[in-house]
Amino acid sequence: MSKQPFEKVVAEHGGTVLRVCRVLLGSHDADDAWSETFLAAMRAYPDLPETANVEAWLVTIAHRKAIDVLRAGARRPVPVGELPEEPAGPGVQGAEDDGLWQAVRALPDKQRQAVAYHYAAGLPYAEIARIIGGTTDAARRAAADGIKNLRKSYPDGVRR
Amino acid sequence: MKAMNEHTDLFTTPADAGTLARLHRTLELAAENDGLLDVAYRTVDSPVGSLLLAATPRGLVRVAYDAEDHDRVLETLAGRLSPRVLRAPKRLDEAARELEEYFGGRRRVFDLQLDLSLSKGFRLLVQQHLPSISYGQTRSYRQVAELVGNPKAVRAVGTACATNPLPVVVPCHRVLRNDGTPGRYVGGPAAKITLLNLEAAA
Repeated sequence: MSKQPFEKVVAEHGGTVLRVCRVLLGSHDADDAWSETFLAAMRAYPDLPETANVEAWLVTIAHRKAIDVLRAGARRPVPVGELPEEPAGPGVQGAEDDGLWQAVRALPDKQRQAVAYHYAAGLPYAEIARIIGGTTDAARRAAADGIKNLRKSYPDGVRR
Repeated sequence: MKAMNEHTDLFTTPADAGTLARLHRTLELAAENDGLLDVAYRTVDSPVGSLLLAATPRGLVRVAYDAEDHDRVLETLAGRLSPRVLRAPKRLDEAARELEEYFGGRRRVFDLQLDLSLSKGFRLLVQQHLPSISYGQTRSYRQVAELVGNPKAVRAVGTACATNPLPVVVPCHRVLRNDGTPGRYVGGPAAKITLLNLEAAA
């Protein structure tokens, strides 16, 4: 049993990684993070153990790339108050989602990451703890707190 | 994945196909630029069905018929060459164009860089000799065995033709049984007859 062609990895996980990147960064920067993630993944793919959880591996790469994108963005001088709205991706997020996206962006980093990796990628908390650091319980709490905060600031978009 | 429905649909909204297709194209270009595109592939439609074309940086490495199961062929390439296999049509543009000309009766010789690394030994030797059988001509397995200087290796010539990784482009379809009947073919006997008729008509 040899390794799947990388195209299969892109086909199976491309959508999930894009959702994760969007939760982490918003839709515009998500595209860059997605591209960086899959390019880095393709570079490292031959050395990935065949037993590895490919999705968790991709999310781990996306996590690092999103941090890079945020750091690069922080270095760009953007006057507060003139921050433009995130351009909506075609057919992805309508105007009604803007409030939720803003609420997601307002979350503390760990909460936003835990929400992304659990609710957009479906990773178990033990895996999330490995990616963001800390204990499994802390990862579970960060995701729960994140959802609680979203529900507070955006009650319509976060259903039970 | 169940947990998501308890909270929000937003995080599970499928990413739209258009965005993913655009991102895929940027990945194809970036992978090529960074020297990561070990195996690029695409498919083309033809009178003998959908053909899979795959190329390494050295050249066209594989042409596969539907009957060979394209997914399985790609898995084999991932195992034998490199798992960095990506659908990236650009590298196959020239091969696709020459095949279209061939099937349209406007091309008799393929002018493509070939990567013969999937074949070894006697099979490679036979496959290297096949292009010397020119368009519209045929040879028997025995004649090819003589051509490569091993007249007793008729069966091995048959095996070499059956395992040709580059059918159509490397013309194993021009090799017939000693009684002149078409014989077996990797794309099925009907495909072999289609190619022979195409070349006979042009």
